[in-house]
Amino acid sequence: MSLEAKHISFRYRKKGTVLEDISLTVEPGERVGLAGPSGRGKTTLCKLLAGYQRPAKGQVLLDGKPLGEYRGLCPVQMIWQHPETAVDPLLRLKDSVHEAGPVDQSLLDAFHIQPGWLERYPAELSGGELQRFCIARALAPGVKYLLCDEVTAMLDPITQAQIWNVLLEAAQARRLGLLIVSHDSALLERLCTRIQPL
Amino acid sequence: MEPVLEVKDLSISFTQYQGGTRCRVLPVIRRLSLTIEAGQVVAVVGSSGSGKSLLAHGILGILPYNSHMEGELRYRGEPLTPRRAERLRGREIVLVPQGVTYLDPLMKVGPQLRGGRRDVQAKRQSREVLARYGLGPETEERYPFELSGGMARRVLIATAAAQSPRLLIADEPTPGLDARAAGRILGHFQEIAQQGAGVLLITHDLELALTIAQKVAVFYAGETVEEAAAEDFAAGRLRHPYTNALWNALPQNGFTPIPGSQPWPGEEGSGCPFAPRCPRRSAACAGDIPWRIVNGGQVRCLYPEGGEKP
Amino acid sequence: MKGFNRRQTALALLLFALALLCAVTVAGVALADQAMVTDFSRKNLAPCGQFLFGTDWMGRDMLSRTLTGLSLSIRIGLLTAAVSAAIALLLGAGSALLGGWADGVISWVIDLVMGIPHILLVMLISLAFGKGFTGVVAGVALSHWTSLARVVRGEVLQLKGAPYILTAQKLGLSRMAVLRRHMLPHLLPQFLTGLVLLFPHAILHEASVTFLGFGLPPEQPAIGVILSESMGYLTTGKWWLAVFPGLALVGVVLLFALLGDQLRRLLDPASVHE
Repeated sequence: MSLEAKHISFRYRKKGTVLEDISLTVEPGERVGLAGPSGRGKTTLCKLLAGYQRPAKGQVLLDGKPLGEYRGLCPVQMIWQHPETAVDPLLRLKDSVHEAGPVDQSLLDAFHIQPGWLERYPAELSGGELQRFCIARALAPGVKYLLCDEVTAMLDPITQAQIWNVLLEAAQARRLGLLIVSHDSALLERLCTRIQPL
Repeated sequence: MEPVLEVKDLSISFTQYQGGTRCRVLPVIRRLSLTIEAGQVVAVVGSSGSGKSLLAHGILGILPYNSHMEGELRYRGEPLTPRRAERLRGREIVLVPQGVTYLDPLMKVGPQLRGGRRDVQAKRQSREVLARYGLGPETEERYPFELSGGMARRVLIATAAAQSPRLLIADEPTPGLDARAAGRILGHFQEIAQQGAGVLLITHDLELALTIAQKVAVFYAGETVEEAAAEDFAAGRLRHPYTNALWNALPQNGFTPIPGSQPWPGEEGSGCPFAPRCPRRSAACAGDIPWRIVNGGQVRCLYPEGGEKP
Repeated sequence: MKGFNRRQTALALLLFALALLCAVTVAGVALADQAMVTDFSRKNLAPCGQFLFGTDWMGRDMLSRTLTGLSLSIRIGLLTAAVSAAIALLLGAGSALLGGWADGVISWVIDLVMGIPHILLVMLISLAFGKGFTGVVAGVALSHWTSLARVVRGEVLQLKGAPYILTAQKLGLSRMAVLRRHMLPHLLPQFLTGLVLLFPHAILHEASVTFLGFGLPPEQPAIGVILSESMGYLTTGKWWLAVFPGLALVGVVLLFALLGDQLRRLLDPASVHE
């Protein structure tokens, strides 16, 4: 079951065309790197592929079926660049992380999530700490694709290496398809099976 | 010649409420010392949550109301009081902030860049500055929300550079920019430094910092653990175990993580904050750790690499 | 620890304002009968030990009348503010959640209502509903919801686009669950503060229309009635008839404003650490 973007175009009302006739396929187990200068609509492409926005033209298909037809937990999950916006500031992290059902303790351990963090509110944790929660949450059973939009751009190298090591292991074990957006070409070369320029 | 900025034993703490009406004081930066000479780029490198943004706010005198600052700040030889900082900031001391929310959302880019002036010359200048940062003249007519993240960042830098500052503080200026754009931005910081200004580059991106900085101060959990010359990194002359771990975790240098995570403000315990994750620690690491000079750089460690073995 | 921190002070002020307002309301209800007693042997007395606020031309105790009037004002204020807030929540949230033409229509109505001067609108609606109690309640309730509705609409719009809400939907949460878990807790503080800050407006406007004769009937000891009646006696030097009830009304309004401000200080995330 592959994730396909077929000839999609997208424009914001004022800014004009952001994406023009883009086609992209991610197969299970594949890690596709997306490189390109800023302002080329990499984040927008992620949002389209995750179903947060609809393309003006073209289609996003998962396993041949339009993404919009999937109900419940979406098999394509996006991980945001700024984790502090992706968790409800009024909920304790143990409530946020279990949003899509219980998360395996082994996964929390792998991400070095300390038990004490679960009782905290998002404002009390750093971006690196929150991003681990966001990724652990997105690795719910049933998820087949992860779209990682600069997920470690704001993090220090040690945390970045920690997170990607765990994420790559999980992706390999479950044959997840990954779309990785980053401005860091050294990182993309480390992580990806192929790199597509945008 | 006296340094542009001297920071001596700077500590910043916060008063915070927890659980209703209880109050506590949270130390965020401890015993930070730093010197920036004219024409020099000094980078402060640390992970998010290590309190490095507060350093910038402390220097500019724009710390939030619930914070408290101790220690000594000197700008061009004279004490930098909050009042003096207020007079100088935006003119001699400028900030390139981290968040694009620092742009006025209700003002088009052009007027924001010109700071209220409307004459033809100002208009030409602002176009020039924009062009220097790879932004077309149409950018002037846009509102901040119409810019992409990278473009907004370049606008912020253009705004700061337009003032010909003596001290430029850049707080996380490059995330979201591709390598070429980031390199170009850093090149401009370098240019500003070559014209005689001091540049303080605060970032989590060690690799980028190394491309332009002469000196790097490594920050961990609110403390400077090492101050090294930029060439020490590639030459393998690093002293503190944390700096080494940082270097080895870069994608191009092995991508090897170390376990654990940085302690929170207020929970470091005594002594070295890195001790719980350190392969070289001993019982003595819980005591006071003085600054010492090893191989020409400063380090706050009892058992630095390149020093005697534990 | 030196003294109280700001949150404790805020909490204390809030409780103080609340207690005082409750006391006035209860006292007013208890004194309702006494406020109607006429005794011509003690008419037109200036304030003294026995009658702190003096008596009027029919020998009625002005303290009882003022308290009863305030109590009535507060109760009308509560009722109208609650109705107003309910309308604001419904229309504001509906506008933001439905979007499209519904949003257009509701926003237009908000602008329309906001465009008409408050006092005029209250008078017109009150007249249309036949004045009296229903008229005042309808008038104030139907004219005060607009600004809160705008706040609610803005807040819901912002929440709708927040990454954590988008993510929650993609993680398979139902619309109801998202509304309950992620939206209500964010709206509630804004809404409560807005509600409390509606009170002083509602009370003042109720008193004003009554004063102008478009509100409560003259036999009710409402503050507006008291003030408008005493106007005729001011020129004969009976200052206490207007001054004390007037000051008391201002006091109550200020208490509500204080209540709202302290509530905001405690609930608003922007001032958590103040």
